[in-house]
Amino acid sequence: MPTYAALIYDDAAKEWEEPNTEEWAAIMADYREFGELGGAAGVIAGGEALHPTSTATTIHVQGGKGGDLVTTDGPFAETKEVLGGFYLLKCADLDEAIEWARQIPGAWHGRVEVRPCMEFDEE
Amino acid sequence: MSALDDVIRLEGRNVLATLTRRLGSLDLAEDAVQDAVVRALETWPTRGVPDRPAAWLTTAASNAALDRLRRESKRGPKEEAAMGRHEPGEPDPADQALEDGEASAVGDDLLRMVFTCCHPAINPEARVALSLRTLCGLTTAEVAAAFLVPEPTMAQRIVRAKRKIAEARIPYRIPPDHDLPDRLPAVLAVVYVVFTEAHHSATSEDGPVRVDLAEEAIRLGRLLIELLPDVPECHGLLALMLATHARRDARADEHGDLVLLADQDRARWDHEAIAEAAAIVDETLRRRDPGPYQVQAAIACLHGLAPTAADTDWPQIAELYGILEAVQPTPVVRVNRAAAVAEAVGPAAGLAVLEAVEGVDRWHLYHSARADLLRRLGRRDDAVEAYRQALECGPNPVDRRFLEARLHDLGSAS
Repeated sequence: MPTYAALIYDDAAKEWEEPNTEEWAAIMADYREFGELGGAAGVIAGGEALHPTSTATTIHVQGGKGGDLVTTDGPFAETKEVLGGFYLLKCADLDEAIEWARQIPGAWHGRVEVRPCMEFDEE
Repeated sequence: MSALDDVIRLEGRNVLATLTRRLGSLDLAEDAVQDAVVRALETWPTRGVPDRPAAWLTTAASNAALDRLRRESKRGPKEEAAMGRHEPGEPDPADQALEDGEASAVGDDLLRMVFTCCHPAINPEARVALSLRTLCGLTTAEVAAAFLVPEPTMAQRIVRAKRKIAEARIPYRIPPDHDLPDRLPAVLAVVYVVFTEAHHSATSEDGPVRVDLAEEAIRLGRLLIELLPDVPECHGLLALMLATHARRDARADEHGDLVLLADQDRARWDHEAIAEAAAIVDETLRRRDPGPYQVQAAIACLHGLAPTAADTDWPQIAELYGILEAVQPTPVVRVNRAAAVAEAVGPAAGLAVLEAVEGVDRWHLYHSARADLLRRLGRRDDAVEAYRQALECGPNPVDRRFLEARLHDLGSAS
């Protein structure tokens, strides 16, 4: 069964520094509902919610393998919409993955990018 | 285009649709059918077209796919087992059934192809390009010419779309009924773009329209109705294409210049096709679920049914444009409505509608329509100015000649 990453993007300004509001609780309830639905169907193979991009560290090894480590504070790209979390979804095809992705609360507030995961032959 | 090319193109399309389902890969199926077509072009001209060209092509393409799979030797035994090798001319029973009576099975495969090529996850330009290639049998070069882009750019676009179909696993499937409202508009749009492409890409050799391609779009439209009989817009789309195509022979003069609707020789219209379109429109509008294609078809039929230009039912056409504008509020529709109002009520009323349209300053047909109404209102200087504005928009040579002639008539140089 192929795996799809559902990458959840939302407005950077809405990143939850103070996760104690009613709005936060409502969104968490929506996510819990999705988690139970997807879990019961055996579709969700993993997923994480990420801390805000203010906690992000971006690294690059200059000069390729074994080169110098360059460490930068912040996300890879400063954009209005940021990656806030993701699910791994086990779905037969793109239509099924889209059908599940539309039920992720992040798709109602922001955008969800659906990307097939590469499959490598296990030798 | 010879009769042989026609057979190969039509049968090749059906074989491709079926093989894509069996192989689970559009890319592999396309390569395999291409191999089979090359073999057909080598052998058929000397040995004659086989009795069962579809079965011959299916067998040859299946063998070609098998050879390719073996060469790549990446694929599993499942695909190979699905392919079983046969000699061309001795079709296996499944292929024979394909040709003999299972038109509906082929139809289903074609509709799968339609929905896959028109999947909303594919870039809109690539949807049209893929459909033209797989469903109309156009080469990449022909598709590139239609889009006015270099061939390598178009090839790249098609490759990218096919890679997305394979890697994101866009299914080869007719969507369930509850998804049809989301999925149908893209399908209808692609069929209509194929139809209009038959007019836009026509060269002087073709005449005003590439009849084969327009008829391919009409066939696709009929196929959609066969498979989705309860979708009113499918009927609207077919009626629109039929009523438009009915005027093909009158659309150009002996120099290849376009002839305006009002000036066309109506004896050269295909009145049988117009009658069919009108019957479809009557029937489908009774379902009271109008959409843009049905309304445009109704307008095209009103033009088609008028014995002379003076007999045109302009009040009803103006009303239909009003309905169309409500669902499709584009500048093109508004400008057309203004022209209809000018005929139904008078040039002053038409001008009032026209001058309320925004965002058309760079569109020569807007200025040209405005100039025409100003001329009819006797506002010569304003008309001259509007024709000049139209020329400044950089119209194509045919329209430029038309505009310059009008300026000349008004006693003014361009």
